[in-house]
Amino acid sequence: MNEVLLSVQQISVRFGGVLAVNKVSFDVRRGEVFTLIGPNGAGKTTVFNLISRIYTPSAGGIEYDGRDLLAQAPHAVAALGIARTFQNIELFEHASVLQNLLIGRHTQRSTTLIDDLFFTAKARRAAVAAREKVERVIDFLDLQHHRDALIAGLPYGVRKVVELARALCAEPRLLLLDEPSSGLNVEETEDMVFWIDDIRREFGITVLMVEHDMSLVSKVSDRVLAMNQGEVLALGTPAQVQAHPGVIEAYLGSAGDLSSLRREAA
Amino acid sequence: MRFIFKTDYEQDIRLAKHAGHVFWYGALGVLLLLSPWLLPEYWLAQLTFVLIYSVVGLGLMLLAGFTGLFSIGHAAFLGVGAYTQAVLSNAGWPFPLSLAAAGALSAAVGVVVGLPALRVKGIYLGIATLSFGFIVEEVLARWESVTGGNAGLHVKAPSFVSWKLDSGIEFYFLCLAVVVLATLAIVNLLRSPTGRAFVAIRDSEVSAQSMGIHLARYKTLSFALSAALAGLGGALYAHKIQFLSPDQFSILQSIDLLLMVVIGGLGSVHGAFLGAIFLITMPQLIALGKDALPAAIGQAPGLQSAIYGAVLIGFVMFEPMGLYGRWLKLRTFFTMFPFYRRGLFKRQKSFQKSERLR
Repeated sequence: MNEVLLSVQQISVRFGGVLAVNKVSFDVRRGEVFTLIGPNGAGKTTVFNLISRIYTPSAGGIEYDGRDLLAQAPHAVAALGIARTFQNIELFEHASVLQNLLIGRHTQRSTTLIDDLFFTAKARRAAVAAREKVERVIDFLDLQHHRDALIAGLPYGVRKVVELARALCAEPRLLLLDEPSSGLNVEETEDMVFWIDDIRREFGITVLMVEHDMSLVSKVSDRVLAMNQGEVLALGTPAQVQAHPGVIEAYLGSAGDLSSLRREAA
Repeated sequence: MRFIFKTDYEQDIRLAKHAGHVFWYGALGVLLLLSPWLLPEYWLAQLTFVLIYSVVGLGLMLLAGFTGLFSIGHAAFLGVGAYTQAVLSNAGWPFPLSLAAAGALSAAVGVVVGLPALRVKGIYLGIATLSFGFIVEEVLARWESVTGGNAGLHVKAPSFVSWKLDSGIEFYFLCLAVVVLATLAIVNLLRSPTGRAFVAIRDSEVSAQSMGIHLARYKTLSFALSAALAGLGGALYAHKIQFLSPDQFSILQSIDLLLMVVIGGLGSVHGAFLGAIFLITMPQLIALGKDALPAAIGQAPGLQSAIYGAVLIGFVMFEPMGLYGRWLKLRTFFTMFPFYRRGLFKRQKSFQKSERLR
């Protein structure tokens, strides 16, 4: 349980003059739910994009399961067992839910181009096998009604779940969730809490997520890392981090600011 | 209305989804097999052209409609295939071999063109392929020892050992066989991981990448397959037209090909065929309608281009899903009668696409 799966060491990334992430280090242990919190622009999503190799850090290293992640090409990250969702939903809009989930199984493909062109018996078997796995995820996330619907016609809340489903179809070991509850209503958020808990418990998948909804964070996370302006503020259990003076200041401003505001108003 | 009750995963994989498909595609097949005896010679020749353009259209549909990469120089691949076929069959190669060679050489050229496609997107890819088209046209005109230059090149009828396909009917069946095989290949691709990877790249590159799809490999593959089909179409075209000159593979031809897939309906296999039918029948219809118009309009030069342009603008504005989209709406209207509503196919505008990860 305490074995480290993902280790981020002193990573920094600079966009022009902006230091978006500054020497951030943290370890994610196998089987835990680890959450990044922080005000907008804190660099949480940038950390995600660094892990999924969309950006390359200017300094520092990322180690995943004993391997140097930075030596991997962006498309090779998925094959290592890292799947992710996106903050603004990046589904394949003009495809059905089923097709989206099948694309999620791309890393597990066993057919060659020739198999695909002639749709050989092997391709047929692979297609049915992939469908079985996908159906299991559909069953788990209650997506049966939307199986054949086009993404373009689905409401936001359902798309969010489809994106989670697509990531699960890849059978990852590490799941990166970028704001899983944004845009969801109370009931859908409760479902999300339940699912994240189940993903960890039943499938044994380690979850790293960015989240703003503190009730969700404290319900599911084992540990929380608070960031502000690209730097680490605090690391600990949800309760510890919420009580941390630096975190309160980052979200609400310091007591000093408040009294100066009062003085100005008076 | 038809309700399909699904009890087996195989049902979603099968090509014919229900009895209606079996019946109608069967009827179409029988009609196509009988058409040499049903149609007069001239119309059979036109039908052959429709088949040839369908092959090219399938290729461009794979690239533009399913992978989201637009090529404004596709006539170049057509040209490479046509000239390869012409040179090889004049040298006495049997047609199955020369057809394969034409497809393979076009595919190889497609890979070369696909390489810049990995770096540029959208309009810039259009410009890159456009200039590639010019380069190929120029090469065909200048490389006189092989292509005969602007003087042109005669193409012998396809032959296989002692069997010569010099009648229109035999050649029609050759085209039909190629079309059926090409269609099956495309449809098979689309129901398997490769085709889904193409669709993924079209809809969201960043997300396709994080699903483990090697963008460079699949984009190159799409270019290669698309070029191979264009080359095959070109090879058949060479035999049909029997005389090649570089100006047949100019930018106008490229635009015609693009027009074909857009009007047919981007992102549908049917669209390639509907587009080909449109492309071949339109000049005939214009020729027929010419005499009915006042002489100032009917005899004006460039009438055909003007009409093509107007039709294209019309489609882009009012029916972005093309002829196939129109057909879908019509079919839905009748299957749902009288419950069809106007907004049924309306796409909601979405502003959720991430701007950050371009």
